[in-house]
Amino acid sequence: MSELLLGNQAIARGAWEAGVTFASGYPGTPSTEIIETLAARYPETNPRWSANEKVAFEEGMGAAIGGLRVLVTMKHVGLNVAADAFMVFPYAGTNGGFVVISADDPGMHSSQNEQDNRYLARMGKVSVLEPSEAQECRDFVIEAFKLSEQFNAPIMLRTTTRLAHHKGLVEVGQREEVPQREFIPDPKRFSVPIYRHLRRPIVEQTIEALRDYAETSPLNRIENSDNSIGVVTSGISYQYVKEVLPEAGVLRLGMSNPLPPKLLKDFCSRYETVYVIEEGEPFIEEYMRSIGISNLIGKELFGVIGEYSPGRLREALEISKVPTPFTEEITILPRPPMMCVGCGHRTVFATLRQLKTIVAGDIGCYTMGALPPYEAEHTTFAMGASIGTAVGLERAGQDRVIAIIGDATFIHAGIPPLIDAVYNGSKLTLVILDNSATGMTGAQPHPAAGKNALGEDAPKLDLVKLVEATGVEMVEVVDTWQRKDVRRVISKALAHDGPAVVIAQGPCQQLPDMKRRDFLPFVVEEELCTQCDACFKVWCPAITRTEHGFPIINTAECTACTVCAQVCPPEAIRLAEKPFAVKL
Amino acid sequence: MDKLHNLMFAGVGGQGSLLIAELTSMAAADAGYDVKQTEVHGVSQRGGSVETHVRFGKKIYSPIVTPGEADVVLALELLEALRFAHYAYPGKGIILVNDHEIIPGSVSGAEDMYPHNAKAFLRDKKMNVITLKATQKAHELGDGRIANVVMLGALSTLIDIPSQSWQKALKLRLPTRYLDGNLKAFAAGEQMVRKENAAV
Ligand SMILES: Cc1ncc(C[n+]2csc(CCOP(=O)(O)OP(=O)(O)O)c2C)c(N)n1
Ligand code: SF4
Repeated sequence: MSELLLGNQAIARGAWEAGVTFASGYPGTPSTEIIETLAARYPETNPRWSANEKVAFEEGMGAAIGGLRVLVTMKHVGLNVAADAFMVFPYAGTNGGFVVISADDPGMHSSQNEQDNRYLARMGKVSVLEPSEAQECRDFVIEAFKLSEQFNAPIMLRTTTRLAHHKGLVEVGQREEVPQREFIPDPKRFSVPIYRHLRRPIVEQTIEALRDYAETSPLNRIENSDNSIGVVTSGISYQYVKEVLPEAGVLRLGMSNPLPPKLLKDFCSRYETVYVIEEGEPFIEEYMRSIGISNLIGKELFGVIGEYSPGRLREALEISKVPTPFTEEITILPRPPMMCVGCGHRTVFATLRQLKTIVAGDIGCYTMGALPPYEAEHTTFAMGASIGTAVGLERAGQDRVIAIIGDATFIHAGIPPLIDAVYNGSKLTLVILDNSATGMTGAQPHPAAGKNALGEDAPKLDLVKLVEATGVEMVEVVDTWQRKDVRRVISKALAHDGPAVVIAQGPCQQLPDMKRRDFLPFVVEEELCTQCDACFKVWCPAITRTEHGFPIINTAECTACTVCAQVCPPEAIRLAEKPFAVKL
Repeated sequence: MDKLHNLMFAGVGGQGSLLIAELTSMAAADAGYDVKQTEVHGVSQRGGSVETHVRFGKKIYSPIVTPGEADVVLALELLEALRFAHYAYPGKGIILVNDHEIIPGSVSGAEDMYPHNAKAFLRDKKMNVITLKATQKAHELGDGRIANVVMLGALSTLIDIPSQSWQKALKLRLPTRYLDGNLKAFAAGEQMVRKENAAV
């Protein structure tokens, strides 16, 4: 039976078929749909959203040494957060099968950087599999579990945005129930720091055993060996090679760490020159050069920045030119995303814009606060960085610095820096955007949302108590749909002589409950409207202009947040009389 | 069956271009083709530009459509049609566009800079442009949001997928309570292209 599946859905399917009984992850594009699919279709894998990637990894590690088959998922930068545990786990080795998904984002479609995590795997001596299409996403996950248990080694499956977010037909199979392996407590194995000298050689033995395996593994295969052009490739680039150079002799590396020296040397000896075509960094290429293979053309021709595509390969190989957009001849305005209609972040950013202070931002939908119309965010780096950056800016002489952070990001990596800010005497003002969702990645629940990954009720983290416990004296909660209150409370926090935290509450519009609710939208009464344009200044995308210059509210988009009505001097904006149909 | 089909779907987040791309992939799979589709999501609900590529044929490798190779560029909005027009196969490719403008919300001065001459520009480039008032049609049918499916109906007349596969995909993918409206929208789109073609 074959199904049309997203790469990520195929990974979830493979994990289910492989008998996974524990799955943990943290939302992050392009990895998010794996846990979501497990939650929606395969609850017997016990999927969960963890508080951050480090926690997800460590929970998975514990479950695996406890004998379960475990899948852990995250985006590329998530592995930085989990790296501390990731680097040490190979010293102990696993018991039950352990596979971690690292979803890299060449082209940075939804990330702050490009980062080729095969290097992290090389550093940590972890084996890497790289599927090239949806079918292989399923197949390789199943294979990865077998390898993991055969070598007692954690395995990384590296995907990239195109792979994770493309759909293809996938032949699927049935679930194999795998008995739990016995956990035998063994401090000499699992208390790494104490016994590290005993474990260090084992790390080398394991990776070398995997290297031997790579020499003959069916994951690494040669195609069309009689052709005169030779290509070494991995990941989705393999599909581009098949498209652009269908006749070429190809060594396709399904396992890109550790790399097989004999196989590579043998393959390359058959050709005058060999193209190395791998998206991202010259990971395979550098290894090949390091073992003395020099008849290579790689990054100097294909480049390291951004995504590969068949068109890019054709141009690099001078097979054909690819047309470019008509930007020279006509204005093709960019269309960056913007905050949703009714998003509570809007009133907060309207206030920040007016206050004209330095704002250290963080990662989430509020990053869009740096764009017009708000332009009120001055730094953004990595999850949780807002608070530390603000404290540093304050030290560097910027007064009245505001840090702004989403609730998910605060829980993920914002708590230690807040503790530090108080401890080291900062007078920081922190705004926590409490929308009960991890909005940016698709409104997943988190510990302060009161729901878990399966949509069940879960204990709800009390953000006010948590912040109070850090020693912050001024903690105030405000409703983001009340624009005057937002302004008043943030101004008060700024004026406070000491660290102050504002918890700005308003649900994310992408939450299922918000999409499903019934409500009356707002309408403009033209007889009362004086065309003063005050409502346009709340920058709601649902408000446009009629031919006669009056504002008009798109009732299909209106969320009844009331903010436009709050600013209308003649009170011309009022509730509609008829309810609007439930939104899709 | 042997012909390789390359389709490009463009729209503004929230217009449902991803949904109609997905319906096309499902219909193509049902018709017995190998299919690949690629989309970039993550922040697409929030009014950004959205592109989805669909390829089907006997055997598909890359999910990505190369600029200059699309049989059809289906755009739900005029600026998005311009943005992806270079994907159309020179001479043969069709640009099927909804005659509808959405001003980008987070670009300052967008209202004044919006290229209102998009249609004329594409015609001057000697592109095969079919413009349909799908949003208007959708409003006439009682729901502005189904303009995407009106456009899908139009697309179905241009590519080689049998009618029953389209119907199956619609029934499988859409919630029952919206199915009727969507089937009507699909049929309306089919008719609109036929009329437009008769007029040319
Ligand atoms: C280390 C890391 N993990 C995951 C992500 C993906 N990601 C982007 S924004 C975000 C959190 C968004 O939630 P929140 O902070 O509550 O803000 P909102 O989007 O709801 O406004 C996440 C998890 C990331 N960028 N970095
Ligand atoms: S997804 Fe949620 S948090 Fe993000 S812009 Fe929309 S309403 Fe705001």
